[in-house]
Amino acid sequence: MTLLPYSEYVPHDEGWIAMAPARPKARKLDVRADPPAVKWAIIALTFAFLGLFIVLPLINVFAQAFSKGLEVYVAALHDDDALAAIKLTLLVAVVAVVANGVFGLIAAWAIAKFDFRGKNVLITLIDLPFSVSPVVAGLVFVLLFGLQGLFGSWLAAQDIKIIFAVPGIVLATIFVTFPFIVRELIPLMQEQGTEEEEAALSLGASGLTTFFRVTLPNVKWALLYGVLICNARAMGEFGAVSVVSGHVRGVTNTMPLHIEALYEGYQAAPAFAVASLLALLALVTLVAKTALEKRTGKG
Amino acid sequence: MSKAIAIRRTRRVIPGFGVTLGVTVLWLSLIVLIPLAAIFLKTAELSIGQFFAIVTSRRVLHALQLSFGLSFAAAAVNLVFGMLVVWALVRYRFPGRRILDAMVDIPFALPTAVAGIALTNLYAGSGWIGRHLEPLGIKVAFTPLGIFVALVFIGLPFVVRTVQPVLEDLEKELEEAAASLGASRWTIFCRVVLPSIFPALLTGFALALARAVGEYGSVIFIAGNLPNVSEIAPLLIVIRLQEFRYADATAIAVVMLVAAFLLLFVINALQRWSEARTGRRL
Repeated sequence: MTLLPYSEYVPHDEGWIAMAPARPKARKLDVRADPPAVKWAIIALTFAFLGLFIVLPLINVFAQAFSKGLEVYVAALHDDDALAAIKLTLLVAVVAVVANGVFGLIAAWAIAKFDFRGKNVLITLIDLPFSVSPVVAGLVFVLLFGLQGLFGSWLAAQDIKIIFAVPGIVLATIFVTFPFIVRELIPLMQEQGTEEEEAALSLGASGLTTFFRVTLPNVKWALLYGVLICNARAMGEFGAVSVVSGHVRGVTNTMPLHIEALYEGYQAAPAFAVASLLALLALVTLVAKTALEKRTGKG
Repeated sequence: MSKAIAIRRTRRVIPGFGVTLGVTVLWLSLIVLIPLAAIFLKTAELSIGQFFAIVTSRRVLHALQLSFGLSFAAAAVNLVFGMLVVWALVRYRFPGRRILDAMVDIPFALPTAVAGIALTNLYAGSGWIGRHLEPLGIKVAFTPLGIFVALVFIGLPFVVRTVQPVLEDLEKELEEAAASLGASRWTIFCRVVLPSIFPALLTGFALALARAVGEYGSVIFIAGNLPNVSEIAPLLIVIRLQEFRYADATAIAVVMLVAAFLLLFVINALQRWSEARTGRRL
């Protein structure tokens, strides 16, 4: 079975087994020792490649954000449309995280604690949103709920707006972040098995009590890890949200869309000012993620 | 025997199977499966002839070629440089290693729109990098080369994060045995190390490719978006939607979805291969 603990799509650890014992220190005559010239050339190339493609763009975000001075920076963030975009982004992220968190716990319970036929198919289907282009993710909701869509005329008759409105943005974001949390939970819950739950149940605890008192504490760090990366993606999602949003400033623009509107309007410094908030979020997410990986013996 | 009994007992003791599985399947259907089915339903309104007319029109064909071609090139660059990065991070100890290691995840964490405007600004004629390239006659921003740069950026973590754990787990004894038999470092790398990490390398490549093909946010700012020159397939979907040509948008989306599913299938097969070869779950 290919059960991958996903951390933004790429599985990068052995699972949730306790940390491997430290590798013994290299001996003097190490067969793995490369010639110094090779070693330093590879290290130099690594610095150059990562510096060019990752560090420089990141620094550039902050440099451009402050390029017109602190006043422009502060004004860009105090702008009504910017504040509305920040609020909408937070709202969408909270809804997406809660929805995917609750679903993640329920789905992981069914998948990890029981054996049933079609389990692998179910896992593959849960993973589908990872391989769908964000634009296509937005498109599917337009086809369903847009004016020309399957339910379009019915929704219009009920005066319910989903596309070019907040519900569409929320739906598209939930779709895009769908697998993030459940993917962190399944491998851990499988690893932990059912013995602790059985013990609790045999002592007379109800199913829900068992879940909240035994299972949930056991998976809290994995849950937090999933929430973290789900949140980062939800706040930063652009393609899917762009298709369903309608781009009304101050109403249906999330932070990434607000950045686009500013940038296309030749307001580069304000665009980068808002972008710097999201870049900061990315950095905080990475630091928290690294700390969590240490705690869980991951990575 | 004992395992079968354990499973049967588990089923009886742990509650909530029906409810949780039911909710899982229902929610999955509502959010993912039914919406995706809508795409194929919409395409079914087209005849086969109409579908192919749309998909093989000059502009669509060019967009698809551009998306897949550049994604392939970017994934290839990530394959080579990703391998170098992994090698440095796993095998060497040098100042700044931990920070570099953490930085590899930036393309995952940084919103694509932010990456898009940052890269565009860097490579534009007045940007930090662009101003040094422009005098050499190299234009990056607003050309296909710019798209390539963005795709390298967003695909960067995939190869590194897929290969890293496998290289870390590679047993030293294998290399020692090869060395004791007189193999050179290079021979050991090619004949011992590379075969062990090869499935992981290919998996990382395929993941980077899959991500790049569908990428939108980081590309559209730097691309220039000229039809038949620097217009990627996801952008063309958005344009067709804005023109209310839903059938056209959907037809392109179907091609991309099918490609994505094929890639997913290949990635799953690669992961099984890697598992069989290294005994390690990817």
